[in-house]
Amino acid sequence: MTLQSADNQPSTHEEVAVSMQNVTISYGNAAAVRDVFCDIPSGKVTALIGPSGCGKSTILRSINRMNDLIEGCTLKGRVLFDGVDLYAPTVDPVEVRRRIGMVFQQPNPFPKSIYENVAFGARINGYTGNMDELVERSLRQAAVWDECKDKLKESGYSLSGGQQQRLCIARTIAIQPEVILMDEPCSALDPISTLKIEETMHELKKSFTIVIVTHNMQQAVRVSDETAFFNAETVENRSGKVGYLVEFNDTQSIFNSPQEQATQDYVSGRFG
Amino acid sequence: MNVNNLGLITRNDQLNYKPNIKRNLGNRLMTGLAALFSIVAVLPLVLVLGYILLKGASKISISLFTELPPPPGLEGGGIGNAILGTFVVTFIAALFAIPIGVGGGIYLAEYSRSDWFAQFIRFGTNVLSGVPSIIAGVFIYGTLVTTRLLFGNAYSAVAGGLALSILMIPTVIKTTDEGLKLVPDDLRRGALGVGASRFITITRITLPAAFTPIATGVVLSIARAAGETAPLIFTALFSPYWADLLSVDGWFSSIATLSVLIYNFSIMPLEVQNELAWAASFVLVALILALNLSARWLGRVASR
Repeated sequence: MTLQSADNQPSTHEEVAVSMQNVTISYGNAAAVRDVFCDIPSGKVTALIGPSGCGKSTILRSINRMNDLIEGCTLKGRVLFDGVDLYAPTVDPVEVRRRIGMVFQQPNPFPKSIYENVAFGARINGYTGNMDELVERSLRQAAVWDECKDKLKESGYSLSGGQQQRLCIARTIAIQPEVILMDEPCSALDPISTLKIEETMHELKKSFTIVIVTHNMQQAVRVSDETAFFNAETVENRSGKVGYLVEFNDTQSIFNSPQEQATQDYVSGRFG
Repeated sequence: MNVNNLGLITRNDQLNYKPNIKRNLGNRLMTGLAALFSIVAVLPLVLVLGYILLKGASKISISLFTELPPPPGLEGGGIGNAILGTFVVTFIAALFAIPIGVGGGIYLAEYSRSDWFAQFIRFGTNVLSGVPSIIAGVFIYGTLVTTRLLFGNAYSAVAGGLALSILMIPTVIKTTDEGLKLVPDDLRRGALGVGASRFITITRITLPAAFTPIATGVVLSIARAAGETAPLIFTALFSPYWADLLSVDGWFSSIATLSVLIYNFSIMPLEVQNELAWAASFVLVALILALNLSARWLGRVASR
């Protein structure tokens, strides 16, 4: 396994962006992921890894209340953001999503022009500044400006898959969120587009906290500072599995000297 | 013999086509039958259109569109008031049916979770779309016309429009519902993910994305309503005069429509009226054909 030896200090006293406290998420009566405690540090890239069905995407979606859209999905415990419980009854999920943006697995640009795709979020968030400037800055930050600066008026669908995904990242940046959630953003892309998105993420973490779900362990090593390993276990009297957080540490430790046997087995490719 | 064929499957030695074996004979017979039936299926369309064209097209003239029907026994005249009336009544129907239908469709597709209420509305919509059109007419006749509920007026253009809108609403609800369901959830998630509220997601993202199927459904339902007779016979009734659309009274008094004109004039024992009925049939069919074609055109333009 290739590893960079730089910035290998243990994380101490960093600012916490999102704190999950004893979070259990259920679909109907069946728990999908249980008893998660973790503090996602601010200004870093945190990767969530684990085998299929371990609930890492569910955890990710819970951070900006995307699970609200799924019928019968309930959450117990607390998700703290800026010291506020995101699931308190007074919290408006729309406001949450304005501060915690999301990039999805499949590139999903709106059926609008490239310019409008980026401007949409900012406009509905009441952005009053220079829109042209914001669109250019967002597209530059997402490293897709050069490819689409000459066709801003064309449909977002005219771009390739990788470009579309970076357009979606630009769209998310444009609302100037504090946290960006990425749900396997590269799983539908070719290796070169993946590389570009990973480079983009290195730039982005200077300004945003990033949480990424990935199936690709090399990608987790390449892009993340912290890694959370989730595993799934079968429960008695039920057909499905329930996920739980096995280990959460800085990426180097997870991949070089994991504390848990399960983590060791997973990162060395022995299962999953 | 081929090594793979152990004699269990009969095989011909030559690969060329043999027209007289059972398989090929059956194939030709079935192809012929299918062609025959498809011709029989479109025959009524061709015959009806051809007959109406033959009988009606010869009457087409400027005066047909600009003049009133003649009193019994006199010559000349046109069906101008009925053409205008069909437009007016259909417009009123669309005015009621489109907001209600699109709104209901949005509720079903976007807001309702699969609860009993949504199920009930979907079921009710299906039932309503199967209700015979005369029932819609009787319903409006009973509730609005005989009771003079509409500001003391009995038969009126508005009552006719409402009867037609009852027929349009189920179609509009269904096409809106289905059109919105075709919009991928990815788009909704994308919009919500950048902090759009549900309302903005629907008005700015999902409704525009579903515009084509919705517009097509609306146009088709208008085309259906424009040709209805039964609901209008005892709601809009008929009028031998021009509708006075500049005054409120004009909208609330009985009005002539093409379909009722055809119904009335075709059974009269008068040559002139019968011919006007044919001409009206032609105009009505042309109108509905144009609406259907524009629905197809809409679909093609927007899908590009």
